[in-house]
Amino acid sequence: MNPVLAAEAPGFLSPTGVEIAFLLVGLVTLAAAAVTVTTKQLVHAALWLVVALGGLAVEYLLLTAEFIAWVQVLIYVGSVVVLLLFGLMLTKAPIGRSPDADSGNRVAALAVALAAAAALVWVVVDAFRTTWIDLDGPAQGATRVSGEILFRHWVLPFEALSVLLLAALVGAIVLSRRDRTESGPAQEGKR
Amino acid sequence: MNDALDVALRLIVVFAVFLVLPLVIGQTEHKVMAHMQGRLGPMYAGGFHGWAQLVADGVKFAQKEDVVPANADRRVFQLAPAVALLPYLLVLIVIPIGPSTSAVGQVIDAGIFFALAVMAVGVLGSLMAGWASANKFSLLGGLRTAAQLLAYELPMLLAAASVAMAAGTVSLPGIVNAFEWWWLPWQIVGGLVFFVAGLAELQRPPFDMPVADSEIIFGAYTEYTGLRFALFLLAEYAGIVVLCGLTTVLFLGGWHGPFGGEGLGWVWTLLKIAVLAFVVIWLRVSYPRLREDQLQKLAWTTLVPLALAQIALTGVVKVVM
Repeated sequence: MNPVLAAEAPGFLSPTGVEIAFLLVGLVTLAAAAVTVTTKQLVHAALWLVVALGGLAVEYLLLTAEFIAWVQVLIYVGSVVVLLLFGLMLTKAPIGRSPDADSGNRVAALAVALAAAAALVWVVVDAFRTTWIDLDGPAQGATRVSGEILFRHWVLPFEALSVLLLAALVGAIVLSRRDRTESGPAQEGKR
Repeated sequence: MNDALDVALRLIVVFAVFLVLPLVIGQTEHKVMAHMQGRLGPMYAGGFHGWAQLVADGVKFAQKEDVVPANADRRVFQLAPAVALLPYLLVLIVIPIGPSTSAVGQVIDAGIFFALAVMAVGVLGSLMAGWASANKFSLLGGLRTAAQLLAYELPMLLAAASVAMAAGTVSLPGIVNAFEWWWLPWQIVGGLVFFVAGLAELQRPPFDMPVADSEIIFGAYTEYTGLRFALFLLAEYAGIVVLCGLTTVLFLGGWHGPFGGEGLGWVWTLLKIAVLAFVVIWLRVSYPRLREDQLQKLAWTTLVPLALAQIALTGVVKVVM
């Protein structure tokens, strides 16, 4: 760490309440995520995922990114997990353990997860180093600030992402309509 | 005033509102339905008009045995009512009923998103109940709940986004502050879409397919008894309060009224909420239940296009003016 910057920034040895809370919520989130991928009970995995995603939202909140936090809850907890549960119910996920809820790719998955985590941690650490968020001042993650940054400085990535999502949407429609030509009219009209 | 005391006081008031208003709506529903359908119903409890019937019902629920089916997933089954009820308590915190800062539990910068996000979490309770009961009717109810939520979440969000665009803010008090009387005709389509989608999210008739009693007994709540069942019912009434409150704040101008000063703002808010709640009950007694395919069709082919058209209209008016 750069000693000059470190002298200006608050030390690690006298953490504030927010920092301690951040750390604790992070531990809970990590634990919930670990349970999500290791539990043999399918629906429990989905419910632990709710805890993990909710924990992430709390982390965003602690970093004053209020808007991002609520969107996280709205999209992931409110829609993605509901979609997951819908799928699990549709396939009649049993109550209790599913002995076949395991994958032969466990080692490969672990390797990919660790590599992805390492890459993310490295990028974030390298990008921010000793930047400190002033939690007492005006919220830096307020909706207005987020909007201005997004649409002033990051418009191009934003548009590229929307094109990607559009492509995914079209792809989903094409995939779900495929069997219409093969075996009579498809019944499935839902997402 | 002392900060901690202030927060505690606000939370106590919100909690009191959370305890009282849903029961008031429950009582109103009993009586309004009875009058509209010409049903006599229990008229003895308490003497006048059977006003104490709700209390008697509560006592009955509290006395009943709390049964968990043998094959059920115990912990998820027991947790589900709390997951269904608590989000509505959280949403009540951000709904402003008057113009001053003391008339709202807590001002949140992204209030609309907070309210909609937390409301969506409440549905997880129904899904958990549906799966954990180990009952095929419950499972069917859970499935229908999930399908309905996925379909109606989108138009609700789009309609809310239209108001946020019009006001130029996503904070709930900010939106009411920006309200002008001509927003009423301007945002009427969005308001209708929001209200209808909200009804569907609450699984109120005519969108009560997930709990259709003549088909799947009581959907996800079939196996529940006693207090836990009462909590689900309470969640439904709390949901009505929250939906009517949000519709009032977003589309009907909250505390703005044709006469009366700022001081009477909270009366207007409560009056609008009461009228909307009456409409919710009215719809229940007058409309037949929509079939599952009709439900999906209404959401995807009517509400979503209408909401998108409303957003386009809002954008055009906003740019032109």
